[in-house]
Amino acid sequence: MRALLKRDLILAFRAGGGFGLGIAFFLIVVVLVPFSVGPESGLLTKIAPGVLWLGALLACLLSLDRILALDWEDGTLDLMATAPLPLEAVVTVKALAHWMTTGVPLVVAAPLFGVLLNLPPQGFVWLVVSLALGTPALSVIGTFGAALTVGLKRGGLLLSLLILPLYVPTLIFGAELARRGAEGQAVSTPLLMLAGISFGVIALLPFASALVLRVNLR
Amino acid sequence: MVLRVKNLSVARGGVAVLEGVSFTLAPSDALVVKGPNGIGKTTLLRTVAGLQPAFKGTVEAPEDSLAYAAHSDGLKSMLSVAENLEFWAHVFGQKDITQAVDAFDLSDLRNRLAGSLSAGQKRRLGLARLLVTARPIWILDEPTVSLDTASVALFAQAVQRHLSSGGSALLATHIDLGLQANILDVGPFKAVAGATAISGYDEAFL
Repeated sequence: MRALLKRDLILAFRAGGGFGLGIAFFLIVVVLVPFSVGPESGLLTKIAPGVLWLGALLACLLSLDRILALDWEDGTLDLMATAPLPLEAVVTVKALAHWMTTGVPLVVAAPLFGVLLNLPPQGFVWLVVSLALGTPALSVIGTFGAALTVGLKRGGLLLSLLILPLYVPTLIFGAELARRGAEGQAVSTPLLMLAGISFGVIALLPFASALVLRVNLR
Repeated sequence: MVLRVKNLSVARGGVAVLEGVSFTLAPSDALVVKGPNGIGKTTLLRTVAGLQPAFKGTVEAPEDSLAYAAHSDGLKSMLSVAENLEFWAHVFGQKDITQAVDAFDLSDLRNRLAGSLSAGQKRRLGLARLLVTARPIWILDEPTVSLDTASVALFAQAVQRHLSSGGSALLATHIDLGLQANILDVGPFKAVAGATAISGYDEAFL
């Protein structure tokens, strides 16, 4: 498992690996929002948590179809299925690698981008907490979507359509947590709901992903 | 480490292509599967390897004993030859890749990126992967595609060594490797067209 994680991380960082795609997209969204809604700082402060979360979610979505499609194209998945590593472990490691190359940079960069959107100072901690808790769920759900569409050429559209509804609860509670944090309200309800969603999908979805992957490999 | 296939029927796209295939592969044996294009050799090998379910019949093999090599080699073009092999060695719980590198004459290419190799060199790297799996039963689908004569000889030697050390091999190939191999012509096992379409097959919904 460690070998697979190491390989996926090396591949992501080498040329053409797609590292930085998500963070660059996130940066573009955040930079362009003040231009499109106007420079009124009160309005920006109000929408900042929601925009940051939406940007992070779309940045995550952008790189989902790479999780499994590349391994399927060059036959690695077939060979992986006959290897001693269970497919459940394979999809878990793949989701972890995706999170480490997409989710973690988003979490780290979020406070910086919060400045661009005039996020109030007390909101920074909760923005980082909400993204750190929520982005693993985005990666795991995304891996499930990638497993569903792995055999399809140009499966990106179908993948987005399948995954977006599954992303909605994470987005609602993640953005709510960041908003309440920024406004100095009580955060425990969205915090617990977001944590519940994340741990729930991490515990359950790898089994579903491995199951649909087996069907798709036939 | 005996592979037993009994009365196996295999299906591709919901239609049975081969019916009633039976064979036994004992240690040190090689079995060459022959037949015209499209008869279902690849489907048969994928079913034996466990990548798709058997339509009928059984495949009995000891757990974790099969190594499968298909048309595509599963190589990452942005990893070097050694990194590709080390990855598979670790997945299969092995450490040493020197033997595999030497067996397929890859030592000069160790640090080249797999993406910059020629088709034949890639194929050699894909076959070297079999040696780092340390699995006793090899299932090889057209292993000699894009190999030159010298590389075919290297491959034949590797299979020969594998067989003499108690391994076995199931190959689908069109060329003679000079091995002491039994031949399985799957032509007579061709399924009767249309008679055995699988009812309730859910491909349309997947």
